[in-house]
Amino acid sequence: MAGASAPASLAALPGIARAVPGPGDDAPVTARVALTVNGVRREIDLDLRTSLLDAMREHLHLTGSKKGCDHGQCGACTMIVNGRRINGCLTLAVMHQGAEITTIEGLGQPDALHPLQAAFVTHDGYQCGYCTPGQICSGVAVLEEIRAGIPSHATGDLTRPPELSEAEIRERMSGNLCRCGAYSNIVEAMTDYAEQASGSRA
Amino acid sequence: MKFDTPAGQNPIDRLRVVGCPTDRIDGKYKTTGTAAYAYERHDVADHQAYGYVLGATIPKGRVRAVDTAAAKAAAGVIAVVTTLDVPKLGLGTMNYASLFGGDRIQHYHQAVAVVVAETFEQARAASFLVRIDYAPEAGRFDLAAEAPHAPPAKADSGEGSGADGAERVGDFEGAFAQAPVQLDATYTTSDESHAMMEPHATIAAWDGDRLTLWTSNQMIAWAKGSIAKILGIPKQNVRVDSPYIGGGFGGKLFVRADAVLAALAAKAAGRPVKVALTRPLVANNTTHRPATIQRVRIGATRDGTITAIAHESVSGNVPGGVPETAVDQTKLLYAGANRLTALRLAELDLPEGNAMRAPGEAPGMLALEVAMDEMASMLGIDPVEFRIRNDTQVDPNQPDRPFSHRDLVGCLRLGAERFGWAARNPAPGQARDGQWLVGMGVAAGFRNNLVMKSAARVRLDAAGTVTVETDMTDIGTGSYTIIAQTAAEMMGVPLDRVVVRLGDSDHPAAAGSGGQWGANSATAGVYAACTKLREAVAQRLGINSADADFAGGEVRAGNLSVPLAQAAQAGELVAEDAMEYGDLAKRQQQSTFAGHFVEVGVDVDTAEVRVRRMLAVCAAGRILNPKSARSQVIGGMTMGVGAALMEKLSVDKKRGFFVNHDLAGYEVPVHADIPHQEVIFLDEVDPTSSPMKAKGVGELGLCGVGAAVANAITHATGIRVRDFPLTLDKLLAQMPDAA
Amino acid sequence: MKSFTYERPGTPAEAAAAMAQRPDAKFIAGGTNLLDLMKLQVEAPSHLVDVNGLGLDAIEETPEGGLRIGALVRNTDLAADDRVRRDYGVLARALLAGATGQLRNQATTAGNLLQRTRCPYFYDTAQACNKRQPGSGCSALDGVSRQLAVIGGSDACIATNPSDMAVAMRVLDATVETVDAGGTGRTIPIAAFHRLPGDEPERDTVLKHDELITAVTLPKPLGGVQVYRKVRDRASYAFALVSVAVVIQPDGTGRVAFGGLAHKPWRVEAAEGELPRGPKATASAALAGAAPTPDNAFKLTLAERTLGAALKQARA
Repeated sequence: MAGASAPASLAALPGIARAVPGPGDDAPVTARVALTVNGVRREIDLDLRTSLLDAMREHLHLTGSKKGCDHGQCGACTMIVNGRRINGCLTLAVMHQGAEITTIEGLGQPDALHPLQAAFVTHDGYQCGYCTPGQICSGVAVLEEIRAGIPSHATGDLTRPPELSEAEIRERMSGNLCRCGAYSNIVEAMTDYAEQASGSRA
Repeated sequence: MKFDTPAGQNPIDRLRVVGCPTDRIDGKYKTTGTAAYAYERHDVADHQAYGYVLGATIPKGRVRAVDTAAAKAAAGVIAVVTTLDVPKLGLGTMNYASLFGGDRIQHYHQAVAVVVAETFEQARAASFLVRIDYAPEAGRFDLAAEAPHAPPAKADSGEGSGADGAERVGDFEGAFAQAPVQLDATYTTSDESHAMMEPHATIAAWDGDRLTLWTSNQMIAWAKGSIAKILGIPKQNVRVDSPYIGGGFGGKLFVRADAVLAALAAKAAGRPVKVALTRPLVANNTTHRPATIQRVRIGATRDGTITAIAHESVSGNVPGGVPETAVDQTKLLYAGANRLTALRLAELDLPEGNAMRAPGEAPGMLALEVAMDEMASMLGIDPVEFRIRNDTQVDPNQPDRPFSHRDLVGCLRLGAERFGWAARNPAPGQARDGQWLVGMGVAAGFRNNLVMKSAARVRLDAAGTVTVETDMTDIGTGSYTIIAQTAAEMMGVPLDRVVVRLGDSDHPAAAGSGGQWGANSATAGVYAACTKLREAVAQRLGINSADADFAGGEVRAGNLSVPLAQAAQAGELVAEDAMEYGDLAKRQQQSTFAGHFVEVGVDVDTAEVRVRRMLAVCAAGRILNPKSARSQVIGGMTMGVGAALMEKLSVDKKRGFFVNHDLAGYEVPVHADIPHQEVIFLDEVDPTSSPMKAKGVGELGLCGVGAAVANAITHATGIRVRDFPLTLDKLLAQMPDAA
Repeated sequence: MKSFTYERPGTPAEAAAAMAQRPDAKFIAGGTNLLDLMKLQVEAPSHLVDVNGLGLDAIEETPEGGLRIGALVRNTDLAADDRVRRDYGVLARALLAGATGQLRNQATTAGNLLQRTRCPYFYDTAQACNKRQPGSGCSALDGVSRQLAVIGGSDACIATNPSDMAVAMRVLDATVETVDAGGTGRTIPIAAFHRLPGDEPERDTVLKHDELITAVTLPKPLGGVQVYRKVRDRASYAFALVSVAVVIQPDGTGRVAFGGLAHKPWRVEAAEGELPRGPKATASAALAGAAPTPDNAFKLTLAERTLGAALKQARA
C-alpha cells in the first residue's frame, strides 16, 4: 500500500527552512475597524484584505460563522449586518465601519437557544452542523424579509405582499447549501418557528 | 467481546432510550456555532500560523524547479515548503496518488507547496509569488477513449464493496441468447464531487517529535497510522483529534494533503500551523467518485422471470488506483440462474477516484434500476411488480447462503400503497399539471451492511455520570446521540447522565464513519464496554451481575436497590472493550433494502425537471434513533437527486482537469430543488448484525433514488436518457412539440 | 489577494478623481464579484475606491415618467420597490431570479451591470484566457463550453455575460449615467454599454477607467405583460443556461432580449417584428448567425422553447 519510496525522516529534510523575513513590497495596509458585534462594540486592527468573515473567525474568535467556500457560493458564512443577511466572505471588514453585526453567537447560546435554533434541534434541521449557523442566520432574516414584504422568485403576484409558504422558504433559503441534505427538515423547522412567532405576536 | 452467534434478548431490547427519536445531544452546540471544527480550534495551540496550499497547474509531468525567493521575502512569511523540499512521501491507507513530495505530478492541483505566514491574507498573497517550472507530459483524460482497451480489474472499493473482476454463475451468454425478452443497454455516470461543506482542514503542532493534528477526518485510527507512515514517524507519536466534522461522504475517509502539509509546515515554521484547502482546490486536489460506463443485459421470460443478468462496468483511476465497484449490487439484488458481473479499470491521469458515499452502489444502482424499469416496460409489467417477481431470499451466487433478513418486497408494497402508485397510468407522457408533464418512478434501494471491530471505554464517576470515550466520529450521522442512547440504555440512566467524547485517537479505536457501518458497529462497541462496566459495578456492589437490573439510575437485584453512583463512591470505575465479529456475516448475507418512490414534473417547454414528491421505505434492522436515521435517509435522497439531475465534474479532456472546481460550477441541490421528503422504516430487527440488532442506513437512502428520479422522468415524458446527470439538454431534442 | 490601499470618498467627483490618479485602482461597491476575483488574483487592484459613501441609493421618478435608479441601490431594494414591481415587472423578476437573498442584499445596481463572466477558464489563473490575460489564448474554444456563448463570440473569447438584471435593463432600453474625473457626465444607452468580445475581450463595457456609474434610468413604463423566464440546471442559485425577457403588448407586438447566450444581453430589435408569428420565427431571426460549440448547441433550441414558454405566460 505504501509507496516504494523510503519514509521521509523529517529531521533530514534539507529544503525546509524558515524564511528570513524581508521588508516585503507587499506589506499589509492596516486599519482600525470598529464594529458592534452581537451588541458589543469591538475595535480591531485589521489588514485591509480581511474579510468580514475572517474578522469574526480569526480575530474575534467568533467561529460560529463558517467558511465553506470563501467565494459566496455556499452561504455558510451568512450573518446579519445592519438588519440584512449577507455573505461575510464577500465583503471586507473595513467596509463596515460602525456596522451592527449579528452572528449565530448573537442569536442564542447552548443554554438559551433562540427559538429558531430550538426548532432546528426539534426538527433535526442539520446533520454535520457546518452549514447550520448560516442556515439559521438566513432563516431568521428570511422570515423578516417576508414580513417586510420583500418579494422573491417564488412570489406569485409581485404587486401583493409575499406569503409565508414552503415555496417561498425554499426559494429564499436556496443561498444556503446543505450537502448533508437536511432541507426538508429545515423547512419544517422554519415553518414551525414562523407559526410560533406569529402566534406569539397575535 | 466476540459476536459470533445471533443476539438473544439483551438490555438494549428494553428500548427505553435506544429506538427513541431523541433530539441530538450535540444539537445545541451545532445550532449555536459553538461546536468547533478543525480550523476553528484557537484554544488548542498558541501562536498558530496560517498555511496556504498551492496546487499543480499541470495534470501530469514533473516539477523542474521552484523559486520561492519572492514568496519568502514577502511580508509576514514564515516558511515555504515545496514538493521538491521533501522526498516522495509514502502513501497512507487507501491513498493512491501521492499527496506531496518529490517532483512527479500525477494530477491537476496536486499539492506542490505550502506557504506559511503570520496571517491568512499574507500566506495567500505570498502563494502567488511562488514560481514553479514544470515539465509537462501528455496524459490520458478521456474515459470513453480508454475504455475499449481497459483491462479487467480486481480490487476493493476501500469501503468494503469488494469485487473480484468477472464473476459468473451458470451460463449467462447461453441463457441471454435464449431469453424471449432481452435488454442490452449502456449507461454512463459522471465524475462526482463529495462537496462537503467544510473543506479539508487541519491544525498541526509539534511537541518535540510528537505531532498532534486537529483535523476533519472520518477514520481516526486510519488517519493516525497513515500520517505516521507518510511522515516516517512512530505511530505512538501521533495524536489525531476530530470531534466535529463538517461533512465527509467518503472524502475524509483517508488522510489528505491538508494534514500532511500542516505537519510539514508546522515543522518548518517551528510553531503550530493551520491549513484549509481552498474551495477551488477541493475538486481536483482531493478525491471524487469516478465516472462509469456500465452495460446491463437482462434476459427474461415473458411472464417477467429473469433468467439471465449481466452487469459490466468500466471506470478510470490513477495508476494503481481502484475501480468503482458499480456491479456489486447486481450479484445480490435479484434472482436469476445465469449471471455475469465484471469490472474493468482504465488508467487515467485525472485526480484520484475513491470512495464517495455508497461507492459502487450509488452509480451501479443508477444503471441497474433504470435497466429494470426498461425491462418492466418491455415486458408490459408494472415496475414494482417486476421487482417483486424477481426477489430472492438467498444469495443468488450461493443459494445455500440466505439473507439474514430481507424485506425488499415489504418496502416496495408499502411504498406503492403510501405513494398512491395504483393511480399511476402505466403509459408514459399522460399526466399533466399545467406546464408540467408529471411522472412517477420507482426503484429498489440496496446497500450491504458491514460490521467492523469497534472499541470504547466507559467511565462511571461518583456523581453517577457515565462517560463514553471512543475515537468514533460524528460526521453528521448522529453518533454522539446514538452512543449516548446506547450507554444510557445499558447503564439504566437517563440520557442527560451520559457524556460522549469522540474523535480523539487517544480513545479506543472504533469503527469510524464509512460504508454505513458506523452506527451499528460503534454502538456495539459501546455495548461491549458497558457490559464490562456493568460487571465491574456489580462486583463493586457485591451483586451477581447476571441478576443485576440497571434501570432508573439504580442497580437492582432481588430486593436490593442501589443508586448506580454508589458503585463509584470509592473511585471511578472504568471499563474498556471492543466488539469483534465472527463469521455470521459470511454465513448469512446482511444487506439493507429500500423502496424509493419519486414524482417529478418536467416543464413541457424547457424540460426543466422538478422533484415534487419523494418517499423511501427502508428495511434496515433496528433503527437506533428514528429522528437522526431519517435525516441520514433524506440526506441520501437529496444527494441522489443531485446525481440524477445535476452533479457532474466536467472534464477538460485536453487540459486534463475538472473544470468546474467550485460550488458555483459544481452544482449540488439547493433548498428549492428538494420537496418534503417522507421516510418510513419497517419495524424489524436483525439479530445477526450485532447485539444492537441494527444495520446501516447512511448510504441506503442514496442507493437507487437517482434511478427512481430517472424512471419518473421517463414516465412523465416517454424519453429515456441513459447518461447521468439527466440535465435538460439531454431531454430537449426529444421533448414533444411545445406549441 | 495583493495588498492594497483604500479610500472612501464622499462624492462621485472625488471618487472619479481618486480613480484617475491610480491606473491600478478599482471601484468597490457590493464587492460580491470583485472580492471573489481578488481572492483568486484574477483581479489585483492595488487601490480600492469604496463608493458606498456616495449616497446614490435613491430611486426617483424622472420628469419623463420613468425611474432613475441610483447606482448603489441594492438589488433587493430595487426588486422590492413598488414602482418597479408594478411598472417594470420584468426587471423585478430578473433581479429575483439572480443570485441569492444574501448576495442581492449586498450587490448594487451598477455592480450588477459590471459583473464579469463566469467562464471557468477566466476563473482559473492557470488556464489561458484572453479576457483575464490578453493574448494568452482562449481555453474555452476547445474546452468545456456548455455554459458559454453561442452568438456574438470571437476567436478570442466565447464568454457570456452572467447578469439577469442586465437582460431586463436591455429589454427596457435603460440608460446608464456616468461621471468621470473631469466632471463630464455621459448617458450611455444600455445597448451600447456592454461590448462584444471581438479582439479585446478584456473590455466588458465601454466605460473608461475613471468613469463612475451614478445611475441607471428607465424610460416611462412600457405597459404590456412583462415576463422574465430563466432556465438553469437547478431550481435556484445558478447562472442561466438561457433566459428570456419579454414585454408583450395586447396587440401581440413586443420586445425580447436573451441572457446566457452572448457576451452581452442579446437583443435584436429587427427580430421583434416576428413576435406575433411566434417563438420559432422570432428566435431564428434573433439568433441568425449563431455559432455554437457542440457543447452548447442545445442553447439554440432551449432559447426558442424558453421564448415560447415566456410568450405563453405573457399571453395567458
